[in-house]
Amino acid sequence: MSGQPQPVEPATESAPLLSVRDLHVAYPSLGGELPAVRGVSLDLEVGQTLGLAGESGCGKSSLAGALLRLLPQGTKVSGEVLLNGEDVLTMKPGRLRAVRWTSLAIVFQGALHSLNPVQRVGQQIGEAIRLHSKQSGVSKRVGELLELVGLPARRASDYPHQLSGGQRQRVLIALALACEPRLLIADEPTTALDVMVQAQVLALLEDLQERFGLATIFITHDLSTLAAVCRHIAVMYAGRIVEQGPSTEVFANPAHPYTRGLAAAFPIIGDAAFRMHPSGLPGDPPDPRDLPGGCPFHPRCPAAVDICPSTPVELWPAGPDRSAACVHVSGSPVST
Amino acid sequence: MSAAAAVPSARRIVWLRRRRALAGLWRQYRQHRPGMVGLVILALIVLMALAAPLLADPAGLKAINTTDNPAFATPSEFGPLGTDNLGRSVMTQFIWGSRISLVVGLAATVLAMLIGSIVGIAAGFFGGWTSAVLMRITEWFLVIPFLPLAIALAAILGPSIQNIIIVIGVTTWPSTTRLIQAQVLTLKERDYVDRSRALGATDWHLMTRHILPNALPLILANTTLTVPIVILSEATLSFLGLGDPSNASWGQMLDDAFEAGAVTLEAWWYIVPPGLGIMLVVLAFTLVGQALEEILDPRLRDQRA
Amino acid sequence: MSPASLLEVRDLHVEFPTRHGLARAVDGVNLRMGSGEILALVGESGCGKTTLARTIAGLQLPNAGEVLVRGKPLTHGRRALREHRRTAQLIFQDPTGALNARQTIYEAVAEGVRIQKVPGDEEQLVAEALGRAGLRPPERFFTRYPYELSGGQRQRVIIAGAMVLNPGLLVADEPVSSLDASVRGEILGLMLTLARETEIGILVVTHDLGLAWNIADRVAVMYLGRIVEAGTTEDILISPKHPYTQALLSVVPEIEQVEQRILTGEAPDPARIPSGCRFHPRCPLVESGEAARLGIEERCRNDDPLMLPACHAVAPPAAVAMESR
Repeated sequence: MSGQPQPVEPATESAPLLSVRDLHVAYPSLGGELPAVRGVSLDLEVGQTLGLAGESGCGKSSLAGALLRLLPQGTKVSGEVLLNGEDVLTMKPGRLRAVRWTSLAIVFQGALHSLNPVQRVGQQIGEAIRLHSKQSGVSKRVGELLELVGLPARRASDYPHQLSGGQRQRVLIALALACEPRLLIADEPTTALDVMVQAQVLALLEDLQERFGLATIFITHDLSTLAAVCRHIAVMYAGRIVEQGPSTEVFANPAHPYTRGLAAAFPIIGDAAFRMHPSGLPGDPPDPRDLPGGCPFHPRCPAAVDICPSTPVELWPAGPDRSAACVHVSGSPVST
Repeated sequence: MSAAAAVPSARRIVWLRRRRALAGLWRQYRQHRPGMVGLVILALIVLMALAAPLLADPAGLKAINTTDNPAFATPSEFGPLGTDNLGRSVMTQFIWGSRISLVVGLAATVLAMLIGSIVGIAAGFFGGWTSAVLMRITEWFLVIPFLPLAIALAAILGPSIQNIIIVIGVTTWPSTTRLIQAQVLTLKERDYVDRSRALGATDWHLMTRHILPNALPLILANTTLTVPIVILSEATLSFLGLGDPSNASWGQMLDDAFEAGAVTLEAWWYIVPPGLGIMLVVLAFTLVGQALEEILDPRLRDQRA
Repeated sequence: MSPASLLEVRDLHVEFPTRHGLARAVDGVNLRMGSGEILALVGESGCGKTTLARTIAGLQLPNAGEVLVRGKPLTHGRRALREHRRTAQLIFQDPTGALNARQTIYEAVAEGVRIQKVPGDEEQLVAEALGRAGLRPPERFFTRYPYELSGGQRQRVIIAGAMVLNPGLLVADEPVSSLDASVRGEILGLMLTLARETEIGILVVTHDLGLAWNIADRVAVMYLGRIVEAGTTEDILISPKHPYTQALLSVVPEIEQVEQRILTGEAPDPARIPSGCRFHPRCPLVESGEAARLGIEERCRNDDPLMLPACHAVAPPAAVAMESR
């Protein structure tokens, strides 16, 4: 149902839809650069869901911004972001604008400042459509999009403050789908929402993924949500991916001590091991300006050994389709 | 028991940190060129005012002492700036006049800011009837034009330095009140105010320990921008003949000059210096005030992050 | 041993005037809590749990009902409030906003000491409180400012500031929701330790059921201004009886085996509370027709269930037991 030009070549059978190669993102600041992403590589197939887990400062939002080149002026970005073979980072501005939203769209957190508070909701969705296609039939399409996300079409004339948190989130999803992208990036879409509303929004996202074959990157700090919603997950820490693999396996049996600590912070109701036993990790996420040497997690790691501060870590295989950046997984003998 | 030994030095450390914060402020200020220009001008004028006894003989201000001097002498004939109609050196009057202008300017500003801040904080903090009454009073003052009110007050109180200060202070405070009240409205919603209340703090404690310190940057920036207004007000009132004739400020000088017919006689050396002086002081305070505003605001934002 | 009543809330009502009418944020709440106990008050946004917490802490004036701490009713005269605040303290959700950025950590913790004129050496009290909150060595934190600390450390400072008054009751409003997940465990562990070691009672207000499972002895579930179910954590979270609690638990991501019962829509406005059972417009039992089959649908629409669990479908013997008294 679109008269829109097909923005990007359809993916071939073998090549992934999105391929990120050695992405680095650094922000300029007084006293040097602030490295936010320090070499991330990942692949995403058509229709695949990938969860990106991590806490504040791990670089996940910078990564999301880099994929659409939405980072502030002056940010240093290097590496490759191949969308169907085309590198987003080196696209000319005209091509980038055409690709943005039509191939690749972002759903932000539904806070009031993600939507223009003085514009009606329908107008904002309409704007996205008008920027990328012909002018006719826009309000009809807006109505269709709102119904798609479970809102009555007449809500198009509401202002953002007239909607609840869950409804705003749905509007953002409708906005992201306006140009029928193949890839959706959801950046903390349910973080500020209640449990029940969160479940509604997650169910909606799952339904949309299935219906339209959307590939999705789901970014959040809530590991338990990811396990339920994504087939694969990657865990980020201090700008790097420290573990990746099928989500149920990673959640049930983490290979990296950070993942283990993070998973333990989400108690399983009914499981006696969590009863009266709050667990987490000591210390705090590291300051990107002052990263520890070797493995950046070692100061907080319960399984740290003497080689950890000095051994550069990389993602070593930790099972079929799994990898982890920990010396205990590297295969080489480690003295405990 | 190292706590007892550590804390006296801890208090000193807090002062050292405050000094370091001020040093940081100064460093930033130094880089602000317009601000530095304003500061230099201000420093020169203040120095001149302070050094008045060294620079000019105060006896030269009284007409009885200058009967021997030529009247309306041009600068080339007498002294650096010539004389007025009574033979008094314009330079002497200029130097000594700076004192009055500055003193009145600063004192009236302090008075205005004091009243304005108290009313603003009270109105913002208490809300309800208190706020309604206070803000209506404020608006009443705002609505009445400054000049008629000032003239009426000055006429009632009589001409003297103290009265001028009172008149200007009382007519200038309302403009800051609204600004402060708005700021206090947002400040009192902050969580740390709630926390203090939960600890059992009285309203007085909340206002003085939490609201006031956080409203201070706004008050300070506003103060430096109010001084020029006050100085101009003083000049205006003096020029209209409501000033203190025995303590001549620059505005008074202008009044005297006009009364003595300096315009028809083209005695520019009597009119230009005081006018220029007023203009420079106003410019200097404005530059400094704007520089402070710029510096203090982003710092606040950074600190809160 | 009957839980010696540290806190008792009797038929509390708190209302706010809003554009749509009178919002009954707390609409008749009864609660009991003992010393050394951790009670989790769970519910979604708009259910009134924060209003209830603030009322118990003395920051909000109730319209009706009583709050009793250690048997003494809370009145709002100046002296009474001050005394109340020595016994009941509040922990805030956002530790960053709750600390005045211009005060050092020492001043932040000492503030309570000075306001309440707590007897003893001020520096010692502050050092002890910081130490107990896990900030060691305490002296190192005296001269720091909040922006130099991490989120977890700031929350510890807030806890220290509350503990320095030696309160008997701590009301914690979403104490860890704004902190990173890996940091939560420490703060929760601290609260657990405090409850066990100092006999302090902690009322934790949260939307996170996992948190309740982690540290709470008892759980009370709130919906639209009322407590709809209460009991021990095991009872409520493993075998919930109220349909709302059941629905909440079914959507918690960690539990995969239970079929999800996603409720439609969002909780209605507290200014327009439904008649009868306030949950009936969203209740899965009503929607699926189960209520009609049980013959209680009429009651669901018209009778306000005043027992606990607040549901007409719960086994009659419990309801009958209430009536027969």
